[in-house]
Amino acid sequence: MAQLILFLQQLLNGLSLGSIYALIALGYTMVYGVLRFINFAHGDVYMLGAYAGFAITNVIYKIIPLDQYNAISRHTFIPIFVCTAIVMLGAMIFCAILGVSIERIAYRPLRDRPRLTVLITAIGVSLFLQNMTQFFVGAQPQAFKQLIPVRAIEGLGDLTVLSSQAAIIISTIVLMVFLRLVVMKTKIGLAMRALSVNPTACSLMGVNNGLVISFTFALGSALAAAAGILVAMDSPSINPLMGNLQGIKAFVAAVLGGIGNINGAVVGGLIIGVLETLVVGYSNELTTLFPPLHYLFPAGVSQFRDAISFAVLIIILLFKPTGIFGRVEREKV
Amino acid sequence: MSRARAILGIFLLFLFLFALFGERPLAANLAYYYDILINIGINIILAVSLNLVNGYTGQFSLGHAGFMAVGAYASGSWSEHLSPGMVNFLAGSNGLLNFVLKPFPFLQALPTMFADNLALVVATIFGGLLAALAGLAVGIPSLRLRGDYLAIVTLGFGEIIRTVILNIDFLGAARGMSVTGRYTNMFWTFGIAAVAVYIVLGLVNSTYGRGFLTVRDDEVAAEAMGINTTKYKVIAFVVGAFFAGTAGSLFAHYTGFLTPEGFNFFKSVDVVVMVILGGMGSTTGVVLAAILLTILPELLRGLAHTDFVPAFQKAIEGVIPIHLPPLQGLLENRLILYSLLLIIMMLTRPQGLFGDIAGSRKRVASSPSK
Repeated sequence: MAQLILFLQQLLNGLSLGSIYALIALGYTMVYGVLRFINFAHGDVYMLGAYAGFAITNVIYKIIPLDQYNAISRHTFIPIFVCTAIVMLGAMIFCAILGVSIERIAYRPLRDRPRLTVLITAIGVSLFLQNMTQFFVGAQPQAFKQLIPVRAIEGLGDLTVLSSQAAIIISTIVLMVFLRLVVMKTKIGLAMRALSVNPTACSLMGVNNGLVISFTFALGSALAAAAGILVAMDSPSINPLMGNLQGIKAFVAAVLGGIGNINGAVVGGLIIGVLETLVVGYSNELTTLFPPLHYLFPAGVSQFRDAISFAVLIIILLFKPTGIFGRVEREKV
Repeated sequence: MSRARAILGIFLLFLFLFALFGERPLAANLAYYYDILINIGINIILAVSLNLVNGYTGQFSLGHAGFMAVGAYASGSWSEHLSPGMVNFLAGSNGLLNFVLKPFPFLQALPTMFADNLALVVATIFGGLLAALAGLAVGIPSLRLRGDYLAIVTLGFGEIIRTVILNIDFLGAARGMSVTGRYTNMFWTFGIAAVAVYIVLGLVNSTYGRGFLTVRDDEVAAEAMGINTTKYKVIAFVVGAFFAGTAGSLFAHYTGFLTPEGFNFFKSVDVVVMVILGGMGSTTGVVLAAILLTILPELLRGLAHTDFVPAFQKAIEGVIPIHLPPLQGLLENRLILYSLLLIIMMLTRPQGLFGDIAGSRKRVASSPSK
């Protein structure tokens, strides 16, 4: 029984971590769907989302009095979730504008160039965002002030669910449903799907391709911003390089699910998150099973964690490059 | 081939000049310039070898620093553990060379004179070979991928190599490793740079070169013509990794101290920026870009410490009432410069600064692989 509880606990932690990856992965996969290129700068949009949230939170904290836990008081007339929603919406709008401007300035002029040219530009944009952020806010990590009081939710028996984890999972579900509605039920969602099938035919049918692409960037960047704030709720330390590793892991999630496929990105993100938590959670058992692991990673668990996504990436790309839900694309001359 | 010879000639001239004042100068101001010159040589090797992979063969690799790390650590530990015995065996007072040279008394001094050089060359070749081996191990699985996927996977492998080194206690792990002999001098740095240029140009102008170019221009068509594209890709990758390893060895024996952090993703980016600025597929351009991009950050750093920058900042803050962080930070961070260079180059001159002027291999037909 204790074993089962432990497993469920790990699974839950994995799901909350995976939701973050899924939110970031959606941005990679949607941009890949419409433009067929990897937006290398997406991880940095996520980082800037966290910083935007950081700035807005600081403003809110200046206005609203704090309680003894240094958190927004329960007794103030603005409830906690309104503050959280304001921070999140503000950061999402900021990142949506940022994403659209990146596309306008850096990627749009390269629309008909080889994909490699766009990839190199994207690397440039990524480095630029990181280093400019470093210039303005400094390289040292900043402490993100608490938006919601982090404590265990009561009444779940031996299972510990932190309020931040619940917030992550619930917000992710809400955002996914919203995204699904946008993509499946609205006209612009239809245009996005059409564009990913055939851009030329799409524009012949009277779709404004440029607008749809901008919209895709806005949507993806807004989701990344949400992920940035949700991460900060759970582990409240943000730094200008936080987008690098997180971005790559989310990219792996997108590839695992089949890049260009929205459901795939969500599934891929959850799988990576769960896998990471399980491997770390059961690292002792794993090392007893495979003693060489101990020599490979003597520094322990954290090294495991970051190696997993790379290992997954290499394995998928070698054995099933299309991912779980991806379609095979024929190469034409 | 004549252009290759011309470049080689220029290099040999350089070599000859630098060999004249070969050793590391002791005066601090001279040592600074010597430092920059050595870095130029090392960067030329890195950029030219990456250009073989990224430029001529069109396989965009982002993990060059990983191979440099393999070369640096391999040659470093060679010098640390194996080299003294070898040098003693060959060039010691009772060594093999002494025995061979016994009939020629006027040559007797040579082995001891050149013991350091011998140690450096052997360590460098060892480092290069291990890096080439790593290149083979990374290249065979990952070169099946194309374009942006390959870029990400090579990035991943670069990081994996760094993480592995970070976890090997024998190599000093996170503490870093000190390398015993600081043998690297101008002669060998530019000598190996010349060899790298010569071999890359030689390869590109041979039948292998045709293979590389067809792989870059149109992989599907190349395959249809019966060309073993994987073979050419792997050859380019292994040769590139070999020279990255030699550059790593020179670096190790120059600084005398290695940390895994020195070979992170940003080091790979440095080399990629050189290749892109010079023009992918133009050796002359890439050599010029390597020289330029080694000097430019130094110049900017110099500029950052003049009185002009704080005055400029004051002027700006007088006009716009915002408080900026010290502007020196902008000039001292080379990655801001590099990122802007990448974006601007791609938007305005994707063929590179010197791409269509000097010795580049132009695409025969426009590539359909968009």
